[in-house]
Amino acid sequence: MAFIPSGDVISQIIYAASILLFVVFMLYGQRIQMYVMIREVEASLYKLKFIKEEGRKIAIETIKEIGKPQTDPSARVDRYLEYFTISPQSMDPAGIVYKLDHILDVRDTRLKDEVKIMAPGSDEVQVNNLENTLEAAMALNFIYKVVRHYYIQGKKTLSLYVIMQLQMILPLVMKEAEAYASALKAFAYGQPIGDGAGPLVAAKLMHGYETRKLPKDCVVATVPIEGRTAFIIKAEGPGGNVGKPGDAVQTIIEENEGKIANVIMIDAGLKLEGEGVGEVAEGIGAAIGGPGVDQYKIEETLVKYHIPINAVIIKEDIGDAVSPMRKEISDSADKVIERVKNVILERTKEGDKVIIVGVGNTIGIGQ
Amino acid sequence: MTENDQSSTTASRISTYMLTIVLIILALSIMALLFAVSAFVVGDQVVAGYLLIIGFITMGLSTYLLLQSRKRVANLKIEAPKIMTTIECIKCGLKSVREFQRGDYVYKELDKCQKCDDKMTITAIYKEVKEKEKTYNV
Ligand SMILES: [Zn+2]
Repeated sequence: MAFIPSGDVISQIIYAASILLFVVFMLYGQRIQMYVMIREVEASLYKLKFIKEEGRKIAIETIKEIGKPQTDPSARVDRYLEYFTISPQSMDPAGIVYKLDHILDVRDTRLKDEVKIMAPGSDEVQVNNLENTLEAAMALNFIYKVVRHYYIQGKKTLSLYVIMQLQMILPLVMKEAEAYASALKAFAYGQPIGDGAGPLVAAKLMHGYETRKLPKDCVVATVPIEGRTAFIIKAEGPGGNVGKPGDAVQTIIEENEGKIANVIMIDAGLKLEGEGVGEVAEGIGAAIGGPGVDQYKIEETLVKYHIPINAVIIKEDIGDAVSPMRKEISDSADKVIERVKNVILERTKEGDKVIIVGVGNTIGIGQ
Repeated sequence: MTENDQSSTTASRISTYMLTIVLIILALSIMALLFAVSAFVVGDQVVAGYLLIIGFITMGLSTYLLLQSRKRVANLKIEAPKIMTTIECIKCGLKSVREFQRGDYVYKELDKCQKCDDKMTITAIYKEVKEKEKTYNV
């Protein structure tokens, strides 16, 4: 037979070995593939661990530097990193928005108090920045723990599917972790982040005009634009803070008894791959992220008084949104102002009142 | 820490185990290729062909595995991008750019302008992205 080499014993052995190899690959190919995947996940996990430790270190160092605590804050920081929040029961969803709002308020107060205890020497702005820094560290800690959980589970069960799921989403998880890591540094230093595009535009519009405080952690300035009266709202800077634009918009509308011609919201919007950073787009609706409480409140008030709402967004990806603001985003503020003026000219009459809200984290942006 | 040490030792055990297997396969595939050549010289072309195919496939597979499982040198560093602060005098337009310092924020008022008596203001803080992003023509 031609399949089996005749004569030479060694080549016969080699031949048999090669066939055996094929069988091995056929039967254990999946297992080998799994080990490759485990190694890949493991390498990422080490990197995550490093990022997490680095984040914790930066947070502690910043607290020591700014807060001048008498005792070592490390133990308290470690406890802080493990904080969790339980969202309200949604089995009967009526009224859940206000329950969630309450929970978030309590959380915010609790975390800020914690920061004040950790860093007694810091002022209001620094407390906000430190809180943001710690929250980024908290997010990193959480990502690390979840990935580690699935990694260990995968190794314990040796199930291809557990490991495969983890390995498939890993690039996205790593991207997010890296974004949080650079956010953490930005927060620690008080640098503006990409998410601050909205507040930056609002600050540009209101700069030089008198501001007053609004609930909660927001400021408003009354600015004449193109013959209209504009109420410009942003979170109060320059501390790391998103405020509660929902409550602020509600307050202004109630103060004017609903006589508002238009609400324009400016926010950083998630871009799709292929779109340019800093591109400006226009649309309809309440442009605001977060848990949805503010969006709900704004929409409710708008419906009550039949006020139209427009949105202008600045495109950026998740990494840009939480890392220091890129030049393209900073430069696009003027383009946004042009667009906003267009909307005002086209959608309102002279003498009307409009509300312009710059949504986002105002860290590093004053007014 | 004990848990971590344990996991890292198991990891290295798996990797050396894997590595030996892959290396043995690689050696076998090279031998198969050598035998293919000798079979060809002898004149047994069918056998030479088979050995050649087997040799190449196993070699390809094992090098693939070797490259895949090689621990990529992880870039373990949180990169710190350069942050720039633009300072402007709103009255006379004098503009300067310097590196970010802690405490800077947009619309912070700084010292007096060198030309006129107005105060300088920070008008922008941004990150310079050096490398151009890869663009896809679609
Ligand atoms: Zn000047």
